[in-house]
Amino acid sequence: MNKVRVQRHTLRDAVNSAIHTALAQHDDVIVMGEDMAGGAGMSSYDETGSIGGVFAVTQGLVGRFGRGRVIDTPLAETALMGAAVGAAACGLRPIVELMFIDFLGTCLDPIMNQGSRLRYMSNGATRVPLVVRTTYGAGLAAGPHHSGSYYGMLAHLPGIKIVVPANANDARDVFAACVDDDDIVFFFENTAMYSKKVAVTEPRTLRLGEADVKRSGTDVTLVAVGAMVGPALEAAEELAGRGTDAEVIDPISVVPLDLATILSSVRRTGRLVVVDEDNPHCSIAQDIISRVTSEAFRDLRAAPVHVAPPHVPVPYGPVLESAYLPGAPDIVAAVDRVLA
Amino acid sequence: MSVPTHTTPETELYRRMLLLRRFEEAVGTSFARGEIPGFTHLYLGQEAVAVGVCDGLRPTDQITSTHRGHGHALAKGSDPAAIMAELYGRATGLVGGRGGSMHLYDPANGLMGTNGIVASGGGLACGAALAAVTRGTNDVAVAFMGDGATDHGATHEAMNFAAVLRLPVIFVVENNGFSEATPLAAHASRVDLASRAEAYGMVGVQVDGQDVQAVAAVAAEAIGRARSERAPTLIEAVTVRYHGHFEGDQMDYTLPAGWGAAGRDPLDVSGARMREEGVDEAWFHEVASEVEARVAAAVEFARSSAWPDATAVTDHLFATEVPR
Repeated sequence: MNKVRVQRHTLRDAVNSAIHTALAQHDDVIVMGEDMAGGAGMSSYDETGSIGGVFAVTQGLVGRFGRGRVIDTPLAETALMGAAVGAAACGLRPIVELMFIDFLGTCLDPIMNQGSRLRYMSNGATRVPLVVRTTYGAGLAAGPHHSGSYYGMLAHLPGIKIVVPANANDARDVFAACVDDDDIVFFFENTAMYSKKVAVTEPRTLRLGEADVKRSGTDVTLVAVGAMVGPALEAAEELAGRGTDAEVIDPISVVPLDLATILSSVRRTGRLVVVDEDNPHCSIAQDIISRVTSEAFRDLRAAPVHVAPPHVPVPYGPVLESAYLPGAPDIVAAVDRVLA
Repeated sequence: MSVPTHTTPETELYRRMLLLRRFEEAVGTSFARGEIPGFTHLYLGQEAVAVGVCDGLRPTDQITSTHRGHGHALAKGSDPAAIMAELYGRATGLVGGRGGSMHLYDPANGLMGTNGIVASGGGLACGAALAAVTRGTNDVAVAFMGDGATDHGATHEAMNFAAVLRLPVIFVVENNGFSEATPLAAHASRVDLASRAEAYGMVGVQVDGQDVQAVAAVAAEAIGRARSERAPTLIEAVTVRYHGHFEGDQMDYTLPAGWGAAGRDPLDVSGARMREEGVDEAWFHEVASEVEARVAAAVEFARSSAWPDATAVTDHLFATEVPR
């Protein structure tokens, strides 16, 4: 019997390959940011060997698509994001990298006051087909300036779509929809997943605004965002061993949010736990809980529970960081609360 | 390289400047009457800058403008009636009554927006220029800004960005001597703003912002450099703002003695030159009547236009309707 060799890839591989495809399929796609080629042209690197960003996600692009479409920019996020919005408004489909979402503060105006509302302000005359790739998440001891999530901050602003894929396969499968979209899409890549190998799955078509039910169940609805989907599935396995059947829903895009899928699940299970590593106050998770409570109050058999880190910056050292980041045991405890 | 010069006759530049002047006077009147809501900042006194720079631009060239932007929109070719209706908040306005003074957008005429956020235009103009380069259109982008915006980090980032990526951007600083009510010397470490270009390795030039011919010539050269060499330019046009920062600002502050633009009206500067060249008074009367009639028609159009349907409030957030 032949042994089947399981193909494995990382989030880095998946996104790199998705960007290759986008550049190959669309002449109007450019890639822009700090070190997108990186080192190209120096004697120590040829074009193909350039570093491709601090996480090497764009490695190899410049060799295939050239300097005109894979553009190194100064470390100046306000100009970068302003230019990205301007280029998108003038007919390109830029894919730009905001190295860490923690750097959002250095480029918020072009996003908040310009790009996200250009279509609205221009009465529909301008489109801004822009993908902002960015990284997020605790777990690498990267400290308070390189570990945040902040998609909730962006979700507060009208006009921005936000995609937070839970794993490398989903990232690969939803990227094309982000590039094809005619609005600003923030694409969140979890830093801890970049080097983690997972089995390659058959490609599927994922769309923004369509949640993915990662596990079906009847006793409790677990909604988990991005990197929290993994721990939620672990928790569900443990709960199954104790006779509790959890449904795990991954919204994939938090804007637009597939509230219908969440509501329909909660109407069956009567119990809701939302797991999110973003700052808890005024967050996506709180928004989901509030909307479900308003829409399905009579179907709830217990008060929903929010599994979140404390409302503090992400700390550095391993003891403090693991105390900060929620994990499967916290989720199991939360389910115990809604079942009590 | 040969220096391109502008070729538009001064009579035409004068006619355009007069349109900006009469339009803004009408806006001031309508605002004082309470017919135009919100905040408004008038372009009175600075007309030669917008008209001189835009003279060298094509409809497909992009401009970014400011909170004081009606003049830029008019000079770039937007319809005065649609702008006025927008200021009135009507459905027939340039953006359907949802933008107003500081949010005029007209992509068909290369207007990437007036803007309520100071210094936000430089980055957008870099993007427009990058799109032009990538798509091989040979278009250029102009970022208009006031002297106040030169203090802002976003402007410095954009200038460096344009220079290092070799983007066809012209940064036009309209130095009217005030950042809101703060005089130039109190807000800028160096008052010769054109000199900042040197720090970014681009050409910087100061021009008399009250002389439309001078502005048009300098702009033509910068636009030519942008189209042929992909090189950015910083133009500092020294000018004067006749009204306060906003309508309602009593302007209890004055320009320092010796401000070159003070007391020199761009219409007078051009008018005197044209009279010397033999343009007769009948022509001036004819142009005045024509422009006044056009502005009066714009006001009448705005006043008589319908309000937008209230259901439009949620339109155009996203390309397609999506759950939020």
